Amino acid sequence: MAQAKRPLSPHLQVYRWGWHMAASIINRATGAALAFGSILFTWWLVALATGHDYFNTVQGFAGSIIGRLVLFGITFALMQHLAGGIRHLLMDMGKMYDLKVNTSSARLTFVFSIVMTIVIWVAAYKVMGVL
Amino acid sequence: MTDMKTPLAKVRGLGAAKDGTHHWWMQRVTAIANIPLVIFMVVSFVGNAGKGHAEWVAWMKQPLVSVLVILFVANFCYHMRLGLQVIVEDYVHEHGTKIATMLFISFACVLVAALSIFSVLRIAFGG
Repeated sequence: MAQAKRPLSPHLQVYRWGWHMAASIINRATGAALAFGSILFTWWLVALATGHDYFNTVQGFAGSIIGRLVLFGITFALMQHLAGGIRHLLMDMGKMYDLKVNTSSARLTFVFSIVMTIVIWVAAYKVMGVL
Repeated sequence: MTDMKTPLAKVRGLGAAKDGTHHWWMQRVTAIANIPLVIFMVVSFVGNAGKGHAEWVAWMKQPLVSVLVILFVANFCYHMRLGLQVIVEDYVHEHGTKIATMLFISFACVLVAALSIFSVLRIAFGG
């Protein structure tokens, strides 16, 4: 027998987007992205252990335009997941449940990750002597 | 509020997932451990940016660096395994698919950890 079509309870579509929702879902998304990044990290470590030639091949991939874009994305994902994770740890301790503080701390994670991503890349290019 | 739990269930404290709070707690433990380890890795990668194979190997061979990289790998792989499990539990509902996906994730996380740690050891103890 076919099931009666019952009304569903309100879900995502009825809520207005806010910073706290964005911070929550992006913490999960960046976590998944970093899982992909961990495969690249492992590849790099294996290349380092394998030897000079293969390491240079992998470094060549990392240094290409696409490689740099991926690494830039991973840097952002890592910083966002770090900031989001610390925010969640504070919430686990019962802090920041006040709506205003909660929203501004969510926004702060994005400010942190964007600033830190730029700082890290500028610093890396300075070390390389490019900047 | 009426408590629907049996006294035995209350004592076990396991809940619907039959796993109690262990998963939740270990995700926090590994998250806290990840903070200093991630900072160490980021600072190291920035500091060694653009270096060649020999310099990277020399850096990795330092005992403290080898140990910290191994700790980083072990810790993030555990954290990654726990985090991916939560995503699967939220979005994969068919029992068989869920079990298969979780098996794949578990094996993949252990493989990432084993390959990475073996590589660090090979560099650390290599000639």
